[in-house]
Amino acid sequence: MFDGRDPVYLQIADQIRQDVLSGALGAEEQVMSTTQYATTFRINPATAAKAFAQLVDEGVLYKRRGVGMFVAPGARERLLADARESFFADAVDPVADAARLLGIDVEDVVARLRARAAAPTTPEGEAR
Amino acid sequence: MTATTTGWGVELHGVTQRYGDVVALDDVTLTVRPGTITGLLGRNGSGKSTLASLVAAFRRPTAGRVLVDGEDPWENERVVPGVCFVRESGDVLDDYSLRDNLAYVSGARPAFSHELAGELLDLFELEPRRKPSKLSRGKKSAFGIVLGLASRAPLTILDEVHLGLDAPSRYAFYDALLADYAEHPRTLVLSSHLIGEIERLLEDVVVLDRGRVLVAQDAEGLRAEGLSVTGPADAVERFVAGRDVLASQRLAGTVQTTVRGVLTEGEVRRARDAGLELGPVPLQDLFVHLTDPQRTAGAADASRAADR
Repeated sequence: MFDGRDPVYLQIADQIRQDVLSGALGAEEQVMSTTQYATTFRINPATAAKAFAQLVDEGVLYKRRGVGMFVAPGARERLLADARESFFADAVDPVADAARLLGIDVEDVVARLRARAAAPTTPEGEAR
Repeated sequence: MTATTTGWGVELHGVTQRYGDVVALDDVTLTVRPGTITGLLGRNGSGKSTLASLVAAFRRPTAGRVLVDGEDPWENERVVPGVCFVRESGDVLDDYSLRDNLAYVSGARPAFSHELAGELLDLFELEPRRKPSKLSRGKKSAFGIVLGLASRAPLTILDEVHLGLDAPSRYAFYDALLADYAEHPRTLVLSSHLIGEIERLLEDVVVLDRGRVLVAQDAEGLRAEGLSVTGPADAVERFVAGRDVLASQRLAGTVQTTVRGVLTEGEVRRARDAGLELGPVPLQDLFVHLTDPQRTAGAADASRAADR
């Protein structure tokens, strides 16, 4: 875990954002402390603290003095709104570029999207 | 974090250490930030242990000033009890039991924790009645770690203390160090050749090379400075032209080059558009490239030429 190209604190922040987006971390739920993060993932506590500071700046987490870090009310909705805004640029455009490069007809891509969207989903929200 | 102390910082100003004709440290100026876990890295003979000995007031420098928590540590009654330097050699009373050794050290260390010492003895399966002289190399190293961590000194220097430890024991050491550091923040200086294992523990990194400071900065920033660029030979060559190239490998028409320097977003896009793959460089590889004798000899010549 946490061995990608980005700095570790960005990867931690991303992971927490994903957990909030997916609902794994609910509003007002407490997240692990910097100490727990540091010992669980064997990283410097300052690295975990940096991730938390960024998420507090973004309004995803907030701090209760002497208690710990909690998911801010409305954080999921805000993250969803951001993700929807960047969805076409981040997810759809690369598909269109790849399809053109591979010579795949855009109508085939659209058909696939329709089929996928109509497929039944598992409880985790993944299409089968 | 509950504790109020954040540990002691270290400053070196123009420090030189000579042993006869040998220059172990050459005009070193350096800061270790209080409260950090700082990695002290360097090849054998780069001056790491000399630097640690000066900070711990085991010796005085030939020239320059060493400051620990703002004061010269030499024969300093306030500073010396707060600097714990654990060497691979152990520095223990060989013919006394581990228990007696702990009692002796705890008398000299104001913040010593018997509770932590007991936990660590259990963790490393050390029998308090045994004598250090009867221990295996790995168990001796483990006992050095027990003394170093349980002392809870505001400045703790652990020099190659993991030698002889097997992998599970080393990971137990990293976990114990992080857990106690998080509860009792202090300055920890770690010297190790196992860079890959400790790099995530470090907030700051100092790299010494033949008695000089090669790198002194935060670990995240240093890691961000290394970048591997992989792709067709001509595209890679065009992209890395004019950059600080640390190493290059070629496999048929594909070249992988390690460069130092941070890319702008525009450059990242340009690389992707050129069909190049960008990847991280492990700190260990960056260290190997930076301390490559051929490379640093060239750099030293260049700086000497520039001095003239």
